[in-house]
Amino acid sequence: MKTYTKIGYDLVVKLIPENSRVLDLGCGSGDLLVMLQKIKKVKGAGVEISEEGVSKCVEKGLYCYQGDIDEGLMDYRDNSFDYVILNQTIQSTKRPRYVLKEIMRIGKKSIISFPNFAYIYARYQLLFQGKIPKNILFPFEWYESPNIHQLSIKDFEEFCAENNYTILKKFHFNIHGSSDSKVVKIFPNLFAQYGFFLLNGEKPPAKGGISSQPV
Amino acid sequence: MIAVFFMKRDTQTIEKQENSVGLVETKYYTFAEPPDRLKLISGKELGPITLAYETYGTLNKDRSNAILILHALSGSAHAAGCHSPQDRHPGWWDNYIGPGKAFDTKRYFVICSNVIGGCSGSTGPSSINPETGKPYALDFPVITIQDMVNAQYHLIKHLGIDCLLAVTGGSMGGMQALAWSISYPQMVKSVIAIATSALLSAQGIAFNEVGRQAIINDPNWKSGNYYGSWPPDSGLSLARMIGHITYLSEKHMHMKFGRRFQNPEFNSADFRTEFMVESYLHYQGVKFVTRFDANSYLYITKAIDFFDLETEYGGSLMKAFEKVRSNFLIISFTSDWLYPSAMSKDIVRALRRNGKNVIYTDIETDLGHDAFLIENPVLERNISNFLKSEFEKIGLP
Repeated sequence: MKTYTKIGYDLVVKLIPENSRVLDLGCGSGDLLVMLQKIKKVKGAGVEISEEGVSKCVEKGLYCYQGDIDEGLMDYRDNSFDYVILNQTIQSTKRPRYVLKEIMRIGKKSIISFPNFAYIYARYQLLFQGKIPKNILFPFEWYESPNIHQLSIKDFEEFCAENNYTILKKFHFNIHGSSDSKVVKIFPNLFAQYGFFLLNGEKPPAKGGISSQPV
Repeated sequence: MIAVFFMKRDTQTIEKQENSVGLVETKYYTFAEPPDRLKLISGKELGPITLAYETYGTLNKDRSNAILILHALSGSAHAAGCHSPQDRHPGWWDNYIGPGKAFDTKRYFVICSNVIGGCSGSTGPSSINPETGKPYALDFPVITIQDMVNAQYHLIKHLGIDCLLAVTGGSMGGMQALAWSISYPQMVKSVIAIATSALLSAQGIAFNEVGRQAIINDPNWKSGNYYGSWPPDSGLSLARMIGHITYLSEKHMHMKFGRRFQNPEFNSADFRTEFMVESYLHYQGVKFVTRFDANSYLYITKAIDFFDLETEYGGSLMKAFEKVRSNFLIISFTSDWLYPSAMSKDIVRALRRNGKNVIYTDIETDLGHDAFLIENPVLERNISNFLKSEFEKIGLP
């Protein structure tokens, strides 16, 4: 099955100002970080679960930590990054709530983007075919999908409201061609393939330094 | 019979000679001549001190391509190449040092020195004490990992190098690399610390102590004064056998030897070596006593036991790394139970808390702690790529 690569990269690159300090969670082979370094001269770091991904990052001259996002964030200090990126990864974390809380703590701003489970074609597959959606957004069989916490754009908006996370911008999008993003403004929860949120995580510096512990 | 294990290795060595550093020789540097003795962490002074060292590759014009290799417990200055054309045993890290290898001697100037307290050319308990004209034996002062590093500092200065592109080592070598970055932050651009820890676990200390007791309880040890008489070979070889068990993983050992017999006849009443794994350990033990000094084994294992960056910095590993300026590549092995991955992660976490640049990878392998000595494409690629990008970052090809 055809899959997209570089999903939402163009939006991320556009959004991040020059010389920002960026942490990419689930950075894979480091392609997004390299793009950001080249175009926006960011100071980047990554977290990646696979040994192979880390090796490729090292090859590209990136600093990358091999580990699970669900465990590896507590070491970072409050506000230690201008931007924390969680691109197409939140749906496969074990504890999304905790991960989001940590992201909001360590990043002044964060970019969260994920495949929208309420996208019209996914709804169609579930409603008319009676099957778990399997398509270009969710290219896995139900028994081997890493996407253990599926969500929709609406779910995420509600989640942010409940947790008092401020949404600064939304660029829900569809993919055109192989990787270009086209922002969807009308009924995005129905018509956008991907949700894309810019959240504000900035807070007054905490007194105790490293504060959060895993929940 | 025993030699069968190693014949394979020897032929491999010969085949690989085209990317070897070739013939090398050990050099010596003596410093800390009295009255300017080196002050040790214990408060005692030691001097003169000789360090045995080898270098491979060429120092560039800017003196910016120097890499210091730090050896583990039983290592020496002889890290790569061979000492004679007939020499079939290249240096201990020959898999990684040479033209086109991870530590590419076409690009970098690689230095390796034997630690103080050692017995392969550097000043240690078997060296002559100039005050008595006899070997130091137990009059040799207690040394620490920090002392090893402080002595190397003099060598690096002597070689005219103000800043090292990288300091690197596995196991105790990794401990030295960490100590280097903390003690001489201005001098260390990057650190590659492999299968190491900021402090040795209680289990690690326990194994070291069993090894030491094996030596001490050998009647030939004679409170360390065995020089000129028969050395405590059986104690030292037993210590080495115990050590070797800890360097391998259970799985690897079983794969390598299984329950295969060395001597097929079934007669255990005389308790001769019967299983291949027994034979292997005996061979390792016997081989070791020909090149290592029992007192050095005692001193160096103690230095490893005492290494504890956390306690040294008021119980905070984060504090230990506060002032470091290097970029780090930290590597552990999934099957290493002597220096488990969690210990490498502790180092990484302390560095991250300080906002330092750090790469961490946990390499999947069954080879246990000793994996860093054996050819491993992932390890090789990571070291090579990391060095390349660190070297580029200082604005040179």
